Amino acid sequence: MLNPTFTAVTLNLLESFGQNLLLFFSTLVLALPLGLLICFGSMSKFRPFRFLLKLDAAHIEDNGEKPRFTAVVLNAVGDFKPIAAICRLIVWIIRGTPLLLQLYVVFYVPGLVFNMPIRTRMTAALIAFVINYAAYFSEIYRGGIESMARGQYEAAQVLGMTKTQVFFKVILMQVVKRIVPPMSNEIITLVKDTSLARVIAVPEILKAAERYSSNGLVWPLFYTGLFFLIFNGLVTIVLEKVEKAFGYYKN
Amino acid sequence: MLEVFDIRKSFGKTEVLKGIDFKLHDGEVLVIIGSSGSGKTTLLRSLNFLETPDEGKIIVDGETIFDASAPELSDAVKRQNRLKFGLVFQSFNLFPQYTVLRNVTLANELLCIEKERAQTGRKPSRARKAEIAYECEAKARELLCRVGLEQKMNNYPFELSGGQQQRAAIARALALSPSVLCFDEPTSALDPELTQEVLKVIRSLKDENRTMIVVTHEMEFASHVADRVIFMADGVIKEEGTPEEVFGNPKSSALKAFLAHSK
Ligand SMILES: Nc1ncnc2c1ncn2[C@@H]1O[C@H](COP(=O)(O)OP(=O)(O)OP(=O)(O)O)[C@@H](O)[C@H]1O
Ligand SMILES: [Mg+2]
Repeated sequence: MLNPTFTAVTLNLLESFGQNLLLFFSTLVLALPLGLLICFGSMSKFRPFRFLLKLDAAHIEDNGEKPRFTAVVLNAVGDFKPIAAICRLIVWIIRGTPLLLQLYVVFYVPGLVFNMPIRTRMTAALIAFVINYAAYFSEIYRGGIESMARGQYEAAQVLGMTKTQVFFKVILMQVVKRIVPPMSNEIITLVKDTSLARVIAVPEILKAAERYSSNGLVWPLFYTGLFFLIFNGLVTIVLEKVEKAFGYYKN
Repeated sequence: MLEVFDIRKSFGKTEVLKGIDFKLHDGEVLVIIGSSGSGKTTLLRSLNFLETPDEGKIIVDGETIFDASAPELSDAVKRQNRLKFGLVFQSFNLFPQYTVLRNVTLANELLCIEKERAQTGRKPSRARKAEIAYECEAKARELLCRVGLEQKMNNYPFELSGGQQQRAAIARALALSPSVLCFDEPTSALDPELTQEVLKVIRSLKDENRTMIVVTHEMEFASHVADRVIFMADGVIKEEGTPEEVFGNPKSSALKAFLAHSK
């Protein structure tokens, strides 16, 4: 039933590689902004219980004595940043568990637990990939933003810029320049990771090649490597162009 | 006129400013000297709203722009008030992704657009924005010529020497026409030859009767440019007077030791 000629295999693999590309581009488009959102969340300084710090009971004397238990608790709760805590918890879970496992979770849990099965396998894969990559991207963004010298913010502030202007007119471009190299790494990894989607039966290229190998035809499996190589070559060229575009100045 | 009353600032347990009072008349140049850690930078940062003093009051031309005992100012008011001051940093802090010219026009353009919007109640048209940009650019070019950077306007900061970068930073601060321009050791990151070109610019600003506060370790320069000198030690003003008084006739042993040291 499977046509083992070179042309037939190539066409078949190429068609299924379309699934990898679809997953790649959709993940990229969605995870880049979502990552920024998570990054802002994890840097949020919002402290809803800040008023507790102002209570007399929260006052800690500077006299070297051990502070009272209530004061310590009030200070801890007053300093609590819920948005940052939630975002960092999410990032910790997503980065601390295998993407493979996350694919299973997204695919099976809605159906098993909430009786709302995800209709298409591609949607499930996309959700898992977007969340996973947004978590990684958010940490790269955060590293970039936190590595900015304080002097840049201060110079912009002293010139009367609003916080939004400081970020968009002064900080953002410099951060982008800094994060292009680590982002390039992640993006190239994403190209290869798309093949993981086969574990929930997304008909991507390795899945297609496995149909041949389980029928005794092994070479298409190895042949898939060429598709990844060529595409990643193109991706690398584009990323190098982007890096060059920022090369006109030095930080 | 700038009036500063009883500015106090602590970082955790360490009290860095222990009650600073001074007045500065329009067109005067105040030079602040003092050993490392005496609180000079913290004072300038407080004037520029980069630090919030724990106590004290700052008044410019009769208008209270900071009062620690009053409720905290909104960001918008704070932003308005800080424009009374300009600050030139030791490390220049130019924006690396913009040309020298853009560094000077950027903030001014944003402010002019904002002002126009507040006046007319709507966003300026594209044509009007271009006009504003043109006006800001004209002003920036003039300022850059004044600091001797007419040849470098379209270069990026990394292509400039330290002295040129600092002169660009001065032009950038001047673009917003602050009432008081502050310098925090503007030459201490520079080689001696480059120091002179920056000091020359500051001297020329004095000739234009600009009100300035200069923190510096260049005693020679300080004695020439200053109308008044403040010697800070340990978070307080130890001595204050004309350059002749402070440099020629130091009273406290701390100032004597400091001057002997910096020769
Ligand atoms: N953000 C901060 N947090 C904690 N301590 C600080 C902070 N900023 C300054 N200090 C401390 O305040 C004191 C005064 O610092 P400041 O920078 O104002 O001194 P300075 O007179 O400018 O010294 P220098 O001549 O070395 O520039 C120093 O002891 C410094 O360690
Ligand atoms: Mg200092």
